[in-house]
Amino acid sequence: MSFLKIDNLSVNYRMRKETIYAVKNINFDVKKGEILGLVGESGSGKSTLGNAIINLIDEPGKISNGKIILDGVNIHEKPEDILKYRGKKIGLIFQDPQTSLNPLLTIGEQLIETIQTHLDLDFKESKSRAINLLQEVGIKDSENRFDNYPHQFSGGMRQRVVISLALCCEPELLIADEPTTALDVSIQSQILELIKTLTKERNLAVILITHDMGVISETADRVGVMKNGDLVEIGSTKEILTNPKEIYTKSLISSVPPTNKKISRFKIIEKKENSNKSINIKILDRWNKKKLTEQNLIEIKNLKKTFQEGMFTETSKNTVMAVDDVSFNIKEGESFGLVGESGSGKSTIAKMIVNLFKPSSGDIFFDNVCITKIKKNKEMMTFRKQIQMIFQDPYSSLNGRLKVKDIIAEPIKLHNPTITNDDLDDYINDLLESVELSKKSSIRYPHEFSGGQRQRISIARALATQPRLLVCDEPTSALDVSIQAQILNLLKDLQEQLNLTILFISHDLPVVRQMCDRIGVLRNGKLCEVSDTEKLFLEPKHEYSKELLHLMPKIESIYN
Amino acid sequence: MDNQNFSFIGKIRDSNIYFAFTKSPTAIISTIILMIIFFCSFFVELIAPYNPFDPSSLDLMEAFTPPSWSKDGMSKFLLGTDGQGRDMLSTILYGSRISLIVGFAAILFSLILGVSLGLTAGYFGGKYEMIVMRITDVQLTVPSILMALLIDGIARGVISKELHNEMAIYVLIFAIGISEWPQFARVSRAATLVEKNKDYISASTIIGVPNIKIMFKHILPNILRPILVIGTIGLALAIIAESTLSFLGVGVPPTTPSLGTLIRIGNDFLFSGEWWITFFPAIFLVILAFSINLLGDWMRDTLNPKLN
Repeated sequence: MSFLKIDNLSVNYRMRKETIYAVKNINFDVKKGEILGLVGESGSGKSTLGNAIINLIDEPGKISNGKIILDGVNIHEKPEDILKYRGKKIGLIFQDPQTSLNPLLTIGEQLIETIQTHLDLDFKESKSRAINLLQEVGIKDSENRFDNYPHQFSGGMRQRVVISLALCCEPELLIADEPTTALDVSIQSQILELIKTLTKERNLAVILITHDMGVISETADRVGVMKNGDLVEIGSTKEILTNPKEIYTKSLISSVPPTNKKISRFKIIEKKENSNKSINIKILDRWNKKKLTEQNLIEIKNLKKTFQEGMFTETSKNTVMAVDDVSFNIKEGESFGLVGESGSGKSTIAKMIVNLFKPSSGDIFFDNVCITKIKKNKEMMTFRKQIQMIFQDPYSSLNGRLKVKDIIAEPIKLHNPTITNDDLDDYINDLLESVELSKKSSIRYPHEFSGGQRQRISIARALATQPRLLVCDEPTSALDVSIQAQILNLLKDLQEQLNLTILFISHDLPVVRQMCDRIGVLRNGKLCEVSDTEKLFLEPKHEYSKELLHLMPKIESIYN
Repeated sequence: MDNQNFSFIGKIRDSNIYFAFTKSPTAIISTIILMIIFFCSFFVELIAPYNPFDPSSLDLMEAFTPPSWSKDGMSKFLLGTDGQGRDMLSTILYGSRISLIVGFAAILFSLILGVSLGLTAGYFGGKYEMIVMRITDVQLTVPSILMALLIDGIARGVISKELHNEMAIYVLIFAIGISEWPQFARVSRAATLVEKNKDYISASTIIGVPNIKIMFKHILPNILRPILVIGTIGLALAIIAESTLSFLGVGVPPTTPSLGTLIRIGNDFLFSGEWWITFFPAIFLVILAFSINLLGDWMRDTLNPKLN
């Protein structure tokens, strides 16, 4: 018997020019004691669906059609009744534990407030109930921590508090909207484990909304795949992941980087792959291609970086060691990966290599020249040209006020002031072609492009100076998995044809495995281990690498 | 994306700002009023019925004529005349031109000064930023009218009297401009700090774009919105500041009166019953400043990404 039944649900947004259907005629049900995963890329309507169940759709959105039946009752029949369900029968977990707790109230106050709103309990009873709950979600010493404020908890602990808030009125349905996306991988697995145990112990019906196939494969019993507001396919997790029927599901699954092996390219099923080797030749004509030697292109020696906060504060107290005595080399033509959790210093290292930050001590050698000691701007320019960077956020890495052609022209004109206008246009077109964008793109503004296309523009701009080293700082972590696969393929192709050296920074181990020849593992600014990719994944030496590998969600786990 | 209109007017019609504009009666009405005022002031020689500064057209017998609809009014002077027989309507139009010129020039001056200081302070940071921002803090503690009075006083001491009448308008522009710039410096510094940390600025730095080009080609166009908003509201303030100074007698000379000067002149006759000489310039000033402010408020609300 299904506990929650979604019957022909549609949600639409009436915009200025058109009506957008965020969710179109969706039917599914959830049983008690079951975790239903909802996967889809951004804009597929999965979060809207979750919000629609509790009637939390923002204006101008509206539920235009359909019924939501919880335990045999249509909960949307009387709009004012939804308050009885929201927070009581239906518990909610949101993505960002930083913002879903009120920073001005202790967690105890927030728990008691929620409990007393829905249940008829006095202060003492609610307090003992709250403390029990905190214990249940794994907060140690919960009686003392009861009076702590949210900022005194770490991200993972805060998410546990959010879960205890969601559970405090004995809900029967739990909606978790990307509950682990904002968390590091080690904390992610703990939270998922917690959700799994709670589902069994309390016999909950759970809807887990996520974009991460690995999370789904490790937790969900059944999966629904969404695309543009449609439910493409629904079935048991194993069936969907191993034997998908729809083309969209197939392409989605083939885009997920496998964790257990290295593949040469991602298979792109939906889009026909054009033979871009022939296209790239144009840019090859211009490229001053260096022959690959076995030499080190980058040598980093005892690099340290400390950040000092505040002019009027005592510096000794606020010194943060972001990078602590890191040394490694990158050979010419190699892909070197840096992995680590947030705050491990990987981006700081990247910024020192591209000379955005000056190191506190230590040296960086590029082609046997120490670039950290260069004072003159003119000398620096020759290195600027050879080291380029691709950023994480495609929305902030392009100047929205410039046309694409002006964005790409800037580095070309700067390093080659004598170039003629015709030649410049040709060059821009060649670059756009090499990143598989049409010529027409050049007269458009960045806001007319999607995230993946913007990332391509970023790559074209980085290639414009014909660099030898490309620093990629989480280039795909803001992108959907199918776009990620395309961008990673593109980077691989470009590297192969242009003999690029790549420093690839990511928190995502499966991606790093696909991209890199060697990997360095960072933790709290220290380099734990550097080893060949396959060696690291098969026999990690350092304790921390072992832990990371053990915790990473594996899509393959479904086969076992 | 295919049915997109690439022509300039098409783009404006397509934009969300235009859409918001058509939905806001306040914005439309204040824009129409402002356009009429700007047009009349700019083409005042063609529009004004008389030239009040041409002595041959003046007749002292017609002095103190009340507005045309009152008992002693004359149909040829719609809003009456002042003590020298000048047509009030024409005088107001000529006066508003001076007020507008002074207002625009002063705000442009403070905008250029404030934005360049704020932009460089936000971009370079460090000691330079601290010094600039402390100067703005100090300046903000001095009321702007007091500042303008001070500068006007110094100018009177330095410049000879004959020259002063000619220079008065420039002194006024300088005085108002110098008292308004801290606003622009603060806003542009804050906006620069936000933009500076975005990746596209890092990308330009990595490419090797010189600082000056990063500031003016990349950051400046991206911080123009808030500057435009405070610029509009600042324009109203500058026009009022000009009128206040002229009313106090330290602004433009009575031979080329601005709105403030007209109000001061009329003020002398207020108690003898000739109310229209001060009332009409004053109401004109109120309408002008009010429309600019309404438009500025609307712009602030519409251009603010957080409110959309």
